[in-house]
Amino acid sequence: MHYLSLFWYYMKQYFKSRMEYRTDLLNGIFSDLIFQTTNLVFILVVFQHTAFLEGWNKNEILFIYGFFLVPYAVFGTFFNLWNFQEKYIIKGEMDRVLTRPAHNLFQVMLETMDPPSLLGAITGMVIMGYSAFDMGMEIAWYDPFIFLGLVVSAALVYGGVYTGIAAIGFFSDSKTGITPMIWNIQNYGRYPVNIYNKVIKFILTWILPFAFVGVYPASYFLKKEEFAFYLYLTPVIGIVFFFLGITIWNIGVKNYRGAGS
Amino acid sequence: MFSMYVEMIRIRFLMMLAYRVNYYSGIAVYSINIGAYYFLWNAIYGDKVTMGGLTALQMVTYVSISWMARAFYFNNIDQEMAQEVKEGKVAIELIRPYHYLATKIMQAMGEGIFRFLFFSLPGMIIITFIFPIQYPSGFSIWGWYGISLLFSFFINTQINLITGLLTFFFYNNEGIMRAKRVLVDLFSGLILPISLYPEWAQAILNYLPFQAISYLPGMIFTGGIQGEQIFLSLGQQFLWILLLWIPIGMLWWQAKKNLVIQGG
Repeated sequence: MHYLSLFWYYMKQYFKSRMEYRTDLLNGIFSDLIFQTTNLVFILVVFQHTAFLEGWNKNEILFIYGFFLVPYAVFGTFFNLWNFQEKYIIKGEMDRVLTRPAHNLFQVMLETMDPPSLLGAITGMVIMGYSAFDMGMEIAWYDPFIFLGLVVSAALVYGGVYTGIAAIGFFSDSKTGITPMIWNIQNYGRYPVNIYNKVIKFILTWILPFAFVGVYPASYFLKKEEFAFYLYLTPVIGIVFFFLGITIWNIGVKNYRGAGS
Repeated sequence: MFSMYVEMIRIRFLMMLAYRVNYYSGIAVYSINIGAYYFLWNAIYGDKVTMGGLTALQMVTYVSISWMARAFYFNNIDQEMAQEVKEGKVAIELIRPYHYLATKIMQAMGEGIFRFLFFSLPGMIIITFIFPIQYPSGFSIWGWYGISLLFSFFINTQINLITGLLTFFFYNNEGIMRAKRVLVDLFSGLILPISLYPEWAQAILNYLPFQAISYLPGMIFTGGIQGEQIFLSLGQQFLWILLLWIPIGMLWWQAKKNLVIQGG
């Protein structure tokens, strides 16, 4: 309850300060939208030249891409840890966070949250809606709930991976450049894993499980039986990786000695 | 006069050299990206022989060379200009005995030389070991490609100058600059060769400068453009370099009149 009210205060604070810099806000939304459209253009253009991509048709690929955008938007809203190392470790903000009563990760999340990212979920759902309609997908009454569960699981996968990566900052005070690498690997999750070779498929399933943020959960709606096992595994992977991430984070905080000055 | 500008190139190069470690991970990032498109294109080709005039092998080569070329021509001089305008530093820049825009171009060149030697070149060598790449056989193709790549660097830098100059009018043009970055990637043919776009889109893109950044040099390298077509492409690039000076000149002329310095 206490955390909820804290969240509410930070949210109000966020919008107050953002409304002062409306152009910044619009700029961010605008460039997110263009980025999402670019990938859409890629898929649309490619399918003018081919009917199938390793057995998947245009609507299925579009649907996976649309789904991919939703958990990413949820994650991006709450975990904006991209500049964690620079802002919190190198500039020493972490010391301030550690003196506060709320849990340090929660505090960092509140300070860096980015609600406009949530608009990406709308883009994603529009794309999903369009492709679902176009292929005449049947939607059962419980499907929205399953969708919600899968989105949360996928967002936990992101949260776990990136919390773990951000925690590297506690052990090293020089830039590692690892986050952009992970971000680019994450984009592999936009497409069905069977287009990749065995090694990459294994990595995307078990090590950096970005197949669980796109194709595996989306296969529920696309009725792809071959991924049924991974589909059921999605919540498990989400929870396991999230706890792993938190554990690494906590170990990091314990080890943290401050960057000085 | 000229030695001053050469010195600017040298200083920027040395500055980049000091931060070279940051670019090693860049090679990995670009390789990961090329890898994604490698698998994607192979799946897209399936058992088709050619698409948009390129074979699957040529497409992989096109993607690789285009990304590694981007590693060379990419720079953030527009962001730097925006920063200087916001912080008021531009006032000092304007009273110094050099041309502001020429300085920016020199800095871009210093960065370009660094990026070529420490990013593109080693990146291309590493990529060669991972993915099948078909290098041009003729010596002359390498030469033409080199010229084309240099032209693409200038066109990209000029576009950056334009978006940078817009800061003088909008104060906050972060959105325009970010949008430009994504649109250049899309319209230049980096993400998709122009020949794959539908006819109507090609008709539009052919009249924009972006395709001269990535598509034309990429096609020369992969052999998608051959013979006399090469000269036509180089001519097109050169024409764009000349034409882009017009908006830059006009914006600069207006910017100097419009400039407001707040503090400093």
